[in-house]
Amino acid sequence: MKRVRVSQQEIVFAVFAALFLTFSVFLNGFLSADNMLTLLQNVAVLGILGLAMAIVVIGRGIDLSLIAALAVPAGLVLQMVQNGHSLPASLLAAGLLAIAIGLVNGWLIAYAEVPPLFATLATGLFVAGLGQAALFQLDVVQWSDGMAGFERLGQGSILGIPTSIVMFVIACVVVFVLLRQTRWGAYIYAIGDNPFAARVTGIPSRPIIVLQYVLAALIGCFAGLVLAASVNSMPTRIFNSTLIYDVILVVVLGGIGLSGGRGGVVNVIIGTLLIGTMLNGMTILNVPYAGQNLIKGLVLLIAVITDTLLNPRNEETAQQGDI
Amino acid sequence: MASVHRFALGSIAALALSAVAAPALAQQGLDEPFQKPFREALAGKTVAYVPVAMNFDLTEGWYAGLKKELEPYGVKFVIRDPNWNTNAGAQAVTSLISEKPAVMVIHNPDVQTYAKLLQRAENEGIYVIQINMGSAYRSSAFVGANWIEIGERQTEGVVKACQGKSNKIAIIQGALSAAASAYTLKGVENILAKHPEIKVVSSQAADWDAAKAKAITQTVLKQNPDLCGIVGFWDGMDIGTAAAIKEAGLTGKVFLATSGGGERKGACELVKNGSFDLDMSYDVPTQAAQMAGTIKWLLSSGVKAGSVKGSEYTTLIPITKENADTQTACWNLSDLKK
Repeated sequence: MKRVRVSQQEIVFAVFAALFLTFSVFLNGFLSADNMLTLLQNVAVLGILGLAMAIVVIGRGIDLSLIAALAVPAGLVLQMVQNGHSLPASLLAAGLLAIAIGLVNGWLIAYAEVPPLFATLATGLFVAGLGQAALFQLDVVQWSDGMAGFERLGQGSILGIPTSIVMFVIACVVVFVLLRQTRWGAYIYAIGDNPFAARVTGIPSRPIIVLQYVLAALIGCFAGLVLAASVNSMPTRIFNSTLIYDVILVVVLGGIGLSGGRGGVVNVIIGTLLIGTMLNGMTILNVPYAGQNLIKGLVLLIAVITDTLLNPRNEETAQQGDI
Repeated sequence: MASVHRFALGSIAALALSAVAAPALAQQGLDEPFQKPFREALAGKTVAYVPVAMNFDLTEGWYAGLKKELEPYGVKFVIRDPNWNTNAGAQAVTSLISEKPAVMVIHNPDVQTYAKLLQRAENEGIYVIQINMGSAYRSSAFVGANWIEIGERQTEGVVKACQGKSNKIAIIQGALSAAASAYTLKGVENILAKHPEIKVVSSQAADWDAAKAKAITQTVLKQNPDLCGIVGFWDGMDIGTAAAIKEAGLTGKVFLATSGGGERKGACELVKNGSFDLDMSYDVPTQAAQMAGTIKWLLSSGVKAGSVKGSEYTTLIPITKENADTQTACWNLSDLKK
């Protein structure tokens, strides 16, 4: 008898499709074009962060400092402009800060060989603390007149499509090209698949690992700017929220295994769509907060259990570096 | 004859002397007997402050206000910042109980977590003042906003704005476990009970998070473009709610009522630019002054901790377009810190 082999990506897509159909049939106003755009708009920032996390996870790492990279450089831009600096100078400072975060993460992991979980946990705390202690006057950094025009990065629409969705699409294209069309992308997959084999075949593993974390921090910073523009302020204590779990949820649910070397942009899109559909449907249904968490947890459990039933672990997969 | 002359001279001299001496005697002043014990009661005492987190307008405002009022009297003012972490806050309160400050100023994340600890503190002889978000335990003093009144007045504003319109409203709550959120909701319900024509199309918690508030509002507005009003629970979070209304092109059509500490950038400026239609301010500098007053009274009175219990509800300032420009409606954090 031939075994049915369904990947997690397909399972999640099926769950997404089932939810989507149910909502479309039973929920008034769900399937309108307007609502579809809102749905995407609400998860655009999450999706961009998912892309950053995907790059790192494909390279067999994880980046828990991603939310700090989102909050602190973007907060710095708003604070510097508020203090009278020019917007370009502030953006440059934020970019440099993001690169610095990535370089420190990469160096710790690739050269000092600190496990990514601990390295990025520490740098994330450090960067968030640095922001609170030294950079910002208040947790929520307010928009100021010097930022005029910049809000278009997260508000309004281009050709009828809300800008934040456009930004997500741009980020998807850039990451797709980077992962699938460049040599660096191929190296990231190779390192994620088997780091020792990759090193033996002459791939510059360490610099590529550093590159992964720099890219993740830069994309995180970009997501932060889109978020700030979207809500007209930067609530920097978002670092203390559960957003990082949502990002990991998007990546893992989308089918990018934490063992590295698999998946891509499409997986992030699928994971983001599933989360977006659930949140949107539950908001329309006016499901209370506690109920929303219950349902999110339930859907995640169903996806994970189905995956375990259909793809039982064997010796090879069990030895991969799952967290 | 000579003696008579001497007597007359002496009398004149005595008269002249008393004329000079009388004003001099009045200038000597009276010793006010109460100020010395007052100063002694305050000097060297420790007041400990445990907010839910520093770095936002409310907690920074209370801190600056208390410092200004207490430090000139030699009070040592210490701070423990749990940075939004309830466990860290409970630990801070526990360790403070053993350090025995004279007064603890507590900002509760919810009604339960600190309740037992605060009772223990008062049993240990520490005065406990709770600020804005109270716990289930009633301590020496509660200084803060009357959330039920805030909910009622915000909802009244929204109901009035909805007259002759769709009567559909939405509610953006804070964090469900916080006293501020739960009590405000009760106030909202009180008014809605009197207005059966109003339909609540959405009532969700955004967890004090602007991004979450924006996402919820966007979805609600797409479903109900004829929405006439939103009751939001905190201006720091409702920046997101306002951004969603603006993006939908509904500024001025959807009445947004919110509440907050009344800091100029976070309240008046946002009312002026049309983001908020009504911001009920609980006026942080006045709250700080009331707390400082209570602390001075408690310390100088020498009453046993826990033997008196009272509340000071803040008089609310409704900020609207009419008064957002005035000097008195809002306060500047930068000025308060000077």
